[in-house]
Amino acid sequence: MRRSVFIAGLAATLSLGMGALGVGQKSFDASAQQKPETTEVKIDNFTFGPAALTVPVGATVTWTNKDDIPHTVVSTDDPKAFKSKVLDTDEKFSFTFSKAGTYPYFCSIHPKMTGKVIVQ
Amino acid sequence: MAGKVKDEILHDHNHDGVDRRGFLKCMAWAGTGAFCVIQGGVLKSYSLSRLPELGAKEAMGELSFVQISDSHMGFNKPANPDVAGTLKAAVDKINGLSVSPEFMLHTGDISHLSKPEEFDTVDQILKSAKPKDVFYVPGEHDVLNDDGKQFLERYGKGSKGGGWYSFDKKGVHFVGLVNVMNLKAGGLGTLGHDQLEWLEDDVKHLKPSTPIVVFAHIPLWSVYPEWGWGTEDSAQALAYLKKFGSVTVLNGHIHQTMQKVEGNVTFHTAASTAFPQPAPGKADSPGPMKVPAEQLKSVLGITDVNHVQGQHALAVVDSSLA
Repeated sequence: MRRSVFIAGLAATLSLGMGALGVGQKSFDASAQQKPETTEVKIDNFTFGPAALTVPVGATVTWTNKDDIPHTVVSTDDPKAFKSKVLDTDEKFSFTFSKAGTYPYFCSIHPKMTGKVIVQ
Repeated sequence: MAGKVKDEILHDHNHDGVDRRGFLKCMAWAGTGAFCVIQGGVLKSYSLSRLPELGAKEAMGELSFVQISDSHMGFNKPANPDVAGTLKAAVDKINGLSVSPEFMLHTGDISHLSKPEEFDTVDQILKSAKPKDVFYVPGEHDVLNDDGKQFLERYGKGSKGGGWYSFDKKGVHFVGLVNVMNLKAGGLGTLGHDQLEWLEDDVKHLKPSTPIVVFAHIPLWSVYPEWGWGTEDSAQALAYLKKFGSVTVLNGHIHQTMQKVEGNVTFHTAASTAFPQPAPGKADSPGPMKVPAEQLKSVLGITDVNHVQGQHALAVVDSSLA
């Protein structure tokens, strides 16, 4: 009986962990080649992955919502550096970081979800 | 839905062992809201799913009303591909009550994505309910993208500030609070200074014997802060209600029924009409739960009856309606 209790997203979390590693490697490779940066953050299981992301100046970060529930990506700074509209399942938000610094952000619907982008 | 139809899955689009009929049946078990009756100044709350067993004596009181919550109109994922159907099922149950409730409370997350058509659909479905008055408070899903402007235009007539208000029915003072606005990173639900000040003033002149019913979306007690299931400044709000002998707090948000008694205050959360969420800490995240029909009841841990007794020392005791 217990096997049939489904908690959505358990498998997704495992694959997210591996996916995040892959993304990190990709961004290093790209920076070595001096190409424009695109870096992915996955929103999965009420978590930003990776929660802390380091990118070079000029990189574009794209968040994709893989949850069954809508989320947002909103800068914690005042004034806000960026603010997405509400992202339903599979919707994306991108922001290009043109200045160095640390950019904390959160989901304004589920404020326990936090992350940051470190731009160097 | 004929009596002899076997429970077999006809269309299992999502390969999760639950079809629409199966789901509707789950929801029948889970309960889709609460029937509340005030007796002797004290609120008693019954899961809608057990109402056919509710005797006339239990249903009679000075005042009765229904709480529904979290209809999430627009949600269409495997946890419930037909949230309109399950909301209609809740309305059918309300209309089947032997005692007609005076009004309904909707404790938020009316819509899933704050889209006008989602609100329209809920309005349309609730029009078929016998109680004609519906009192709303917003959930975080109702105030996306526009800081609640649309919600206030639709439902906020006569409300103060960010949508809070109070009204009296048959000697009971009802207070609708808003705790889903201006949420801060890492934080919980929040009422804010202006609303707290208003609340203090709103109840100041009431007699201590006045029964108080407070309703808001996010629980006003600390259900599970790790998942954001609580309100940062709720203690301040409750402090203003200390002098009252009978205080009931009704919330939604967590998609499962829970009760707690603390001094003169009884807390209840209502089930969702849309989809269940896991018990606190029982999953990696509070995302929608996909559960086979035969498991739902145990996963949700439904208490069917919340029977509050006594005028001052309140307790949730009775679990039998027989």
